[in-house]
Amino acid sequence: MRAVFTVAHLTLAEARRRRILSAALLLGSAFVALFGVGLHFVAREIPTHGSPAQQRFTLSFVVMAALYAANFLIVMTSVLVTIDTLSGEIASGVIEALCTKPVPRWAVATGKWLGCWAILALCATLLCGGVLAVARLVAGYTPPNTARGLPLLLLEGTVLMTLALAGGTRLSTLANGITVFGLYGLAFIGGWMEQIGTFAGNAAARYIGISASLLVPSESLWQLASHHMQPPLVRDLGIGPFAPVSVPSPAMVGWAVGYVVLMLALALHLFRTRDL
Amino acid sequence: MAEPALEARALRKQFGPKLAVRDLTLSVARGEVFGFLGPNGAGKTTSVKMLLGLVRPSGGGARLLGAPIGRPRARAQVGYLPEHFAFHEWLRGRELLRFHGRLLGLERGALEASIDCLLRRVELLEAGERCLREYSKGMKQRIGLAQALLGEPELVFLDEPTSGLDPLGRLLVRDVIRELKARGTTVFLNSHLLSEVEVTCDRVAFVKDGSVVQERMLGAEERELELELRLARAPAEVIAGLARFGSSLAQEGERVRLRVSDERVLPELSLWLAAQGVGLYHLAARRRSLEEIFLEVVG
Repeated sequence: MRAVFTVAHLTLAEARRRRILSAALLLGSAFVALFGVGLHFVAREIPTHGSPAQQRFTLSFVVMAALYAANFLIVMTSVLVTIDTLSGEIASGVIEALCTKPVPRWAVATGKWLGCWAILALCATLLCGGVLAVARLVAGYTPPNTARGLPLLLLEGTVLMTLALAGGTRLSTLANGITVFGLYGLAFIGGWMEQIGTFAGNAAARYIGISASLLVPSESLWQLASHHMQPPLVRDLGIGPFAPVSVPSPAMVGWAVGYVVLMLALALHLFRTRDL
Repeated sequence: MAEPALEARALRKQFGPKLAVRDLTLSVARGEVFGFLGPNGAGKTTSVKMLLGLVRPSGGGARLLGAPIGRPRARAQVGYLPEHFAFHEWLRGRELLRFHGRLLGLERGALEASIDCLLRRVELLEAGERCLREYSKGMKQRIGLAQALLGEPELVFLDEPTSGLDPLGRLLVRDVIRELKARGTTVFLNSHLLSEVEVTCDRVAFVKDGSVVQERMLGAEERELELELRLARAPAEVIAGLARFGSSLAQEGERVRLRVSDERVLPELSLWLAAQGVGLYHLAARRRSLEEIFLEVVG
């Protein structure tokens, strides 16, 4: 385990030294600040418009829009941080001096995964925590079930991060990036197909969406998180762009966790059995 | 008898249709400085990578310090300087060694002392606090050498260690190899600089088309002598008779070339010529250089 933590520490140090962390923190802070300013002006107008329920719906919409953007940034971070961590070092030859040390290759790959996950968790905490803190401070609003919703966003990032790590064991950095973002795109459009199919009563479209979610469960996790963090009325009526009509089942969370485990096992196997 | 530091039996590697290493069979004794020579594409680097567990063999097997290759235990006492040593350029020299030392499982106190000692040895003590991206090519090679020597390994693989080094740097590497030998460390040297190999190695193996085609000791007494003689009016049967003293007999006019195994042959040969009534006007003997042997074996 010492080797795992040594490699994880190196991965974190690299993110810090190459200003990946500072860029993420700076832009994450700018994102939260911009949201805060926008919400301040929205919240100032709210008491003059509509019923308390409408006011609550407006606040929920603005906060969910911010969380949707945060979710997108988490997805980007999870893929971009991981995409080069193995493939880049394999291409440059850096990995050779590492893998000739008396450490198993699984420890090197697991250490990379752990280091990238720590960066992902830090970014997710900053973005989502920042949005929730600002919403609370500026508008006095906290979405419901955040303890259930936010871990799903982190799990979504973890799914894509692990996928990028597995791809990086065999693909070049560019090919890996295209593949992972392509799969994310499939899951994204699949999620919309599922929603549209459910709304229109089109079973074929719905099953296509579910299949895409099984292939990469990222979009399902966002939809489930979004479902949990809506006010009960919005959630039950399924109104607004962030309220899914077809709510992914809790089994999808189990599949996502299993997916991470399977992908990590696949990454370790592919890395262990490849020539360097 | 002590177990060899390295032992390979019929090691083979196939990349698709290309056979990179056909049959690598060799043994390197503990404490030996062993040169691994061959032309480009002979399979040297692939062989080294297989021995270090970076490339999976398609067949055969090998042991490093008694442990089967491919297992982390086999690499516990092994240092490696790759041909193109690449590293995290954002690290400082000292940090690079600290990171690799941790992967070797060295304890903090011993590691820091070892880092100081190695940085001093490769003349990078002051540069140890600088980022590696600021290092020159020679400095990078020297920090790579220091990395390979961390933890005082029993077996060190050096793949083109003098690549990119100036004459002073090459001298430093040569001295380091001598120190390793004096300490009893086994060195596996892969180099194109045959003059370097000639002065540092005890034994060499020549590799061609993925197989070891010849192994030989490099001590002065182990190498054949190339003789050049100038003979006056020597009959053809006398020239032919010279073959009893050596091999590769060749004649160009009055000049005769002959390869003999030992300088003790010389007095006997001159006496024999005198007995045949042939005048010997010139006799020059010189050891064959490693380059000549290399060209003959793999050329």
